Amino acid sequence: MDIRNLTALELGQAIRAKEITVREAVESYFAAIEENDAKYHCYNILCKAEALARADEVQKGIDDGTYTSPLAGVPVGVKDNICTKGVLTTCSSKILENFVPPYDATVIRRMHAAGMVVLGKLNMDEFAMGSTTETSYTGVTHNPWNLDRVPGGSSGGAAAAVAAKLAPVTLGSDTGGSIRQPASFCGVSGLKPTYGAVSRYGLVAYASSLDQIGPLARDAKDCAALFSLIAGKDEKDGTSMVTEKFDFEAATNGDMQGKKIGIPADYLGEGISPEVKAAIEAAAETYRALGAEVEVFPMPIVKYAIPAYYIIACAEACSNLSRYDGIKYGYSSPNADNLTETYIKSRSEGFGMEVKRRIMLGNFVLSSGYYDAYYNKALKAKKLIQQAFFDAFEKYDMLLGPVAPTTALKIGESLSDPLKMYLGDIYTVMINIAGVPSMAIPCGFDSENMPVGLQLIGKPFCEAEILSAAVGFQNATDFHKKSPSAV
Amino acid sequence: MQIDKNLVMYLEKLGRIELSEEQRAASEKDLQDILTYMDTLNELDTDGVEPASHSFPVANVQRDDVVTNAAQTEAILQNAPNQKDGCFVVPKTVE
Repeated sequence: MDIRNLTALELGQAIRAKEITVREAVESYFAAIEENDAKYHCYNILCKAEALARADEVQKGIDDGTYTSPLAGVPVGVKDNICTKGVLTTCSSKILENFVPPYDATVIRRMHAAGMVVLGKLNMDEFAMGSTTETSYTGVTHNPWNLDRVPGGSSGGAAAAVAAKLAPVTLGSDTGGSIRQPASFCGVSGLKPTYGAVSRYGLVAYASSLDQIGPLARDAKDCAALFSLIAGKDEKDGTSMVTEKFDFEAATNGDMQGKKIGIPADYLGEGISPEVKAAIEAAAETYRALGAEVEVFPMPIVKYAIPAYYIIACAEACSNLSRYDGIKYGYSSPNADNLTETYIKSRSEGFGMEVKRRIMLGNFVLSSGYYDAYYNKALKAKKLIQQAFFDAFEKYDMLLGPVAPTTALKIGESLSDPLKMYLGDIYTVMINIAGVPSMAIPCGFDSENMPVGLQLIGKPFCEAEILSAAVGFQNATDFHKKSPSAV
Repeated sequence: MQIDKNLVMYLEKLGRIELSEEQRAASEKDLQDILTYMDTLNELDTDGVEPASHSFPVANVQRDDVVTNAAQTEAILQNAPNQKDGCFVVPKTVE
């Protein structure tokens, strides 16, 4: 049995059935990482010694009945903006290159409590600001389907690690598409939960009103399993919500009979590649064949999503990133003579250009004289976007559309043109503004054999509904079972 | 919205960052492109629309007034670039 070909749930099952030990599982992933990650660069940091020690502890716990979770003993990779006690958490930024958190994020605590084993920390765009993983201080991650392509971003390492079978499941974060778009580019499944479904305690803040942590995996069932483990109210995140108990059976039954699905017409309009559009239309046919009603409806607010998103996200980012001062933690410039210089030089030497750009944009939209015209206007657009989803969900159980207008771009193609990179986020950012859940799953390949992803958008706190729709699609198709030829 | 070098320098100051001349010139162009695109929001009719805040109704979230993260001075200072006697060291701020 090749351990790395098993899904997370299959691996958990095999571990509990004593066919595989936790140590064997962990060792097999480290062997693969050591052999192959030099060509992908999924991981920033490996926790091999900790993971092997932990594997033996977890094995005991499984044997004596302490750990009963379906994911007990399963290794997991974690995006490098989620705090791990005693293990570097760098956000792929020079300014945090030496930061070792004194505490675990709530999601890490919950995974530990279930007996999961952290393999290491995954590469990302610096502070999650980017859509390609090219803004990482540690260098770009290469897409396992084609090493000349980006993996998407910002959770590029998290998506590529799943595609390259260097982790069975990973945790990413999604502020404007950062789980779904790399999942789409790398041909894996990823869930952006409802805002408030998963605690953000210990997630390094980018745009706090939009950030959510979520799973990336080989299939939707694994996403459901990891989501159910990390979700739920947490005292330490005041925006986390008490939710109904997650029903794993309902979330994975895949029944689409009588479901109503809406496709926003504006998700198939100008700018979408014909191959992506064809794959989405074919997916709509698959859903019809499964018994769902699918129809296209107008959603003209889509046009305003990107400006509203970047205004809100940058405003929050410039405020959140004011904490990096070169004094309490992180990089401190050796070239400063006084306090102000310590701030300015530490930040100028510590942040990359995309981060600086967003700090400047954020300060601009919040500054006196421009606040009303930009920030306040964006908050009004946010209201209208929320209303548009509310109206759509009066008619439909869920929405369907592409994740991104294209498949994975070539490395270097968008880095020189930030606006071009931002425009690629058109189908994902609205979901964060509205706070609703959304799931990306593979639904085809383009003529160059790069994966295409579809997106299922659900009502607030109805993750089970879109996960089930994803399972239904994956029961009927095998796009999610394809792997890059080199893997 | 017209961006010029002075505005870029003002934004650097607000964000406590400093760009090289080359980065400054590139930023002038990039910010111009981005803000011109953001100006499409002006086409959206928002008359009478209240600005949104939180996506879902949450208010007055409180937890019990109990200390759960008692003194962790050592753990916290472990990341300090410069520390002394249980404190962060900063450059002299008052002459």
